[in-house]
Amino acid sequence: MMLELGLNQQPAHTRQGSSIGQPLTRRDGFLKVTGTARYAADNHPPGMLYAVLAVSSIARGRVVSLDIEAAKAHSGVVEVMTPLNRPALAVDPDAKDHPFMFRLDLLQNDGVRYPNQSIAVVIAETLEAATEGAALLSPRYETLPARVGLDGGKSFVPRGVGVGNPAVQEKGDVEAGLESARTRIEAAYETPAQYHNAMEPHAIVAAWDGDQLSIDTPSQGLAMAQGRIAGLFGIAPRNVHIRSPFLGGGFGSKGMISGPQVLGILAARLVGRPVKLVLRREQMYGPVGHRAPARQTLRMGMDGEGRLTALSHHARTTSSTFDDFFEPAADASHTLYASPAIATSHDAVRLDTGTPLFMRAPGEATGSIALESAIDEAAHACGMDPLEFRLRNYAEVEPMTGKPFSSKALRECYEQAAEAFGWASRPLQPRRMRDADGFLTGWGMGTATFPALMFQAEARAVLRADGSGLMETGAQDMGQGAWTAFAQIAADGLGLDIDQVDFRAGSSDLPNAGIAGGSGHTATAGMAIHNAGAAVIARLADLATGNEASPLFGAGNEGVLARGGRLYRRDDESRGESYSEILARAGLAEIEGHGKGAPDPASQETYAKHAHGAVFAEVKVDPDLGQIRVTRLVGAFAAGRVINPRLVRSQYYGGMIWGVSFALHEEAVTDRRSGRIQNANLAEYHVPVNADVPSVEALLVHEDDPHVNALGIKGVGEIGITGTAGAVANAVWHATGVRPRRFPIRIEDLLG
Amino acid sequence: MRDFSYLRATSVDAARQAAALPGAMLLAGGTTLIDLAKCGVAEPDTLVDITHLKGLDRIEIDERGAIIGALARMGHVADHDDIKSRFPAISEALWQAASAQIRNMATIGGNLMQRTRCPYFRDPSNFSACNKRVSGSGCSAIGGVTRGHAVLGTSDACIAMYPGDLATVLVAFDATVRLGDRHIRVDDFFLLPGTTPDREHAIEPGEMITAIEIPSSAAAHRSTYLKVRDRQSYEFAAASAAVGLELESDGRTIRDLRVALGGVATKPWRARAVEAALKGKVLEPEAVRAASLLAVEGAVDHGANHYKIELAPRVVARAILKMGETA
Ligand SMILES: Cc1cc2nc3c(=O)[nH]c(=O)nc-3n(C[C@H](O)[C@H](O)[C@H](O)COP(=O)(O)OP(=O)(O)OC[C@H]3O[C@@H](n4cnc5c(N)ncnc54)[C@H](O)[C@@H]3O)c2cc1C
Ligand code: SF4
Repeated sequence: MMLELGLNQQPAHTRQGSSIGQPLTRRDGFLKVTGTARYAADNHPPGMLYAVLAVSSIARGRVVSLDIEAAKAHSGVVEVMTPLNRPALAVDPDAKDHPFMFRLDLLQNDGVRYPNQSIAVVIAETLEAATEGAALLSPRYETLPARVGLDGGKSFVPRGVGVGNPAVQEKGDVEAGLESARTRIEAAYETPAQYHNAMEPHAIVAAWDGDQLSIDTPSQGLAMAQGRIAGLFGIAPRNVHIRSPFLGGGFGSKGMISGPQVLGILAARLVGRPVKLVLRREQMYGPVGHRAPARQTLRMGMDGEGRLTALSHHARTTSSTFDDFFEPAADASHTLYASPAIATSHDAVRLDTGTPLFMRAPGEATGSIALESAIDEAAHACGMDPLEFRLRNYAEVEPMTGKPFSSKALRECYEQAAEAFGWASRPLQPRRMRDADGFLTGWGMGTATFPALMFQAEARAVLRADGSGLMETGAQDMGQGAWTAFAQIAADGLGLDIDQVDFRAGSSDLPNAGIAGGSGHTATAGMAIHNAGAAVIARLADLATGNEASPLFGAGNEGVLARGGRLYRRDDESRGESYSEILARAGLAEIEGHGKGAPDPASQETYAKHAHGAVFAEVKVDPDLGQIRVTRLVGAFAAGRVINPRLVRSQYYGGMIWGVSFALHEEAVTDRRSGRIQNANLAEYHVPVNADVPSVEALLVHEDDPHVNALGIKGVGEIGITGTAGAVANAVWHATGVRPRRFPIRIEDLLG
Repeated sequence: MRDFSYLRATSVDAARQAAALPGAMLLAGGTTLIDLAKCGVAEPDTLVDITHLKGLDRIEIDERGAIIGALARMGHVADHDDIKSRFPAISEALWQAASAQIRNMATIGGNLMQRTRCPYFRDPSNFSACNKRVSGSGCSAIGGVTRGHAVLGTSDACIAMYPGDLATVLVAFDATVRLGDRHIRVDDFFLLPGTTPDREHAIEPGEMITAIEIPSSAAAHRSTYLKVRDRQSYEFAAASAAVGLELESDGRTIRDLRVALGGVATKPWRARAVEAALKGKVLEPEAVRAASLLAVEGAVDHGANHYKIELAPRVVARAILKMGETA
């Protein structure tokens, strides 16, 4: 897809010939603020019907009856899809070819394995008729007791956690390290289940034309979605055309195609007409993933200087009864603090919930809030300032593996953020600061980290005889600014001004851009774009340097520079010619080049690659009423090359606000009898509102990383949540002297 | 969908007549009603839209007091200069309620009539037991998720909290609800759940709130609304207090004191025991804190809402002391 409107507020001359590094405003911003950006659910192909899910009331059991007649008798209802008439699929939705193929609930039987599981789909001429039809189904169930909570089942050690990391890892002798320690702490923390709650619900508009399927749906990974859908329906991936120009947030929940989205496609197949299916907010609490709750125990030993002698981090988490995703919370302790002995372990119980999934720094966020709290406790136990303690335990190499870091400007982050925050005047003891209104004031800090991941992506570049360029990759913009950042990389890759480049993304018909997840999209698809640009420029240079009529004749590939739509001799910039001239002479309307983005296996082996940051928080707590308000956040982050400082800063802001959300607001509250979540709406599932968002400052710390990729990009999407959540918790402790043990921290925890 | 008819009322009488029919409901700003219809709690056959009635959005203030029309918008009342200066607690309560968008839509009449946020009440398709919805069906909340439920005025049948902020202020200042010609004290307008939690208001079919009337008083003039919650905005109260204070000419002795609690009771909760304990006494922190404990006399918790019993007296004490500091 192409943005219908490419507005560039910054004129070319202010960009000094390079697009990368410029604070361009979002190119899609105008479309969004004027309401003209077309999200999936905004599509209405002719003849479209509406599908509404009927979902289970119970957490576990079986549907014994549905009043299909009543639903069908309702005016406007066209069809009711149940396990009895659901069109056949080519593969069993419960089959699992690889760990990241998640089992889906696609009406394969009458079983219920979590609340809000789809049990039927009502298809009607109007949304209202479908909604009422779904209500008229009046399901009856055979109900089994729900298994809920971190102790809701027999615990076991999962085969792997996160993306296949070992559940148990150890280096050195932790018990001996603890034994020899001068000071020891042991601390436990509980975090609740959280739900992604992207503003835009999962929505799909699906239309079949023979065995061609066209789909509008938000997706963080178009090629993966395409492959999964093609597999389920037994058609070629190229027959599946997914458009996803904008996502109203994903946070991981749109990484994999979800069951309800596939049900929309099945519904369209059943009725032979296009169908739209949009989840209601409460229906997003089940089938589209969540962050599992966790109970974490940390043990640390320190020598007389406050150096860690041992660090042990255990996490109990949960998964569904029918699939595996285990939040790798304890792995947060692998990368941050130097210790001769480190042990991390996980165990889990299976509950009657939907399968947990990747959610905003999966593992890192949960693990970080516990690790950073425990580090704060350890510093206090040693009588040390928390920053000094962290510097004392600064990891010069990755603690768990001993690998050198590809780059690590964490020291600079600490320094710059502490300075901007004014950390130096912090009293060591808690409950020492009050503001003019008598509120207890506390300062806390946390270290932020997130791995610099890359996946696989491809891009196609074209240069045209009129001097313009085209760059194509099926990238996904979920609000992070991909439309803008990738166009910047494309412009530099093609040696063109950004206004001369058409950038196409957001469609599965374009080259595979990998996933917008793991904070690796800009690095991965960005490298594909960069390489595609280099490939097409190399072809162009061949045309020029091999032609006697060109002023570049004989310069050779290495000797040519591309800038501003012209090639120049590297050794003599007065000799050059424009792309159009070269193509015209060659009699070509256009030439193309292809590029890939992928992690470099060699540097993967050699280096530990992470982004880092330091976050400082100020909170005020009402001493009698327990009310907590974050008043100030300062973060400094080093994450390699900054493609667009405006967008990057806004990612950090967003991440830091999610950190506040983790520490103080988010929690899915479960009714223990039914297993149902009782606050499945945005009035009661709290995220911060504007008034909760204090003054937030994000400093961009320069970091040159020659190893992560040629562009030097790490990732900025998720790191902000790590560090921040712990910083807020530590500030609450510093204000009150009460150590938060469960999250979110609530009034009742501080009433004393 | 379930069809319903929509009527646009042209006069108060017409609205009342239409609303008297079984299955009819008044529609004002719709911010409560549409929500409840969506979750299946309200299933009106007829909606009687009263928002076009003329004159019902007036705010009249003189030395006797204020009369606020039932259709005045929350946001409008909150920003009204005379309300701010003579009844600051009203403005503060409204200003801290809901969100700016909701306050722009929602009316004062609808605000009083808002229903509980009890999640079981609002989820009929998954929890059939709710005495407030269906008399005698049981209470799903007891034994379930109760952090937001009431600790005062509960019964075995229902522990749902009344969530409104404004009514908490109104009950403190002896306001009256005008149902046309019938006037009823706010304290009597809201009913305790007892064995009939389905009956929440002393309003009969065919009656409609036309206005609320708040008598002037020195205490209302020197009043505040303190709302405590986990989130800074867009959240109902964990506990709140409406307080009005009048001191003797010595500037220390309490002549009149009004205290009401929100967020903790099944109806807007006047704390007369606190008032009685402090009237005639010198305003000083220890005495205020001790007396404030009387606010939760007889409170009963259901587990997760226990903290409200701790919190509410502190909120009351803070609000009284804050009023004491303002000269
Ligand atoms: C997410 C959310 C958060 C909120 N937070 C708060 C909060 O923090 N504090 C707070 O106090 N409130 C809060 N509210 C409630 C809000 O204030 C009410 O929804 C609003 O005041 C209702 O007014 P309305 O005009 O929209 O009423 P409607 O929805 O139109 O009507 C509500 C009810 O009152 C009846 N009714 C309306 N007018 C009259 C009348 N004149 N006579 C008799 N009956 C009438 C209707 O039949 C209906 O039953 C919140 C609401 C939402 C949705
Ligand atoms: S507390 Fe009241 S409103 Fe809630 S479920 Fe029980 S009876 Fe219904």
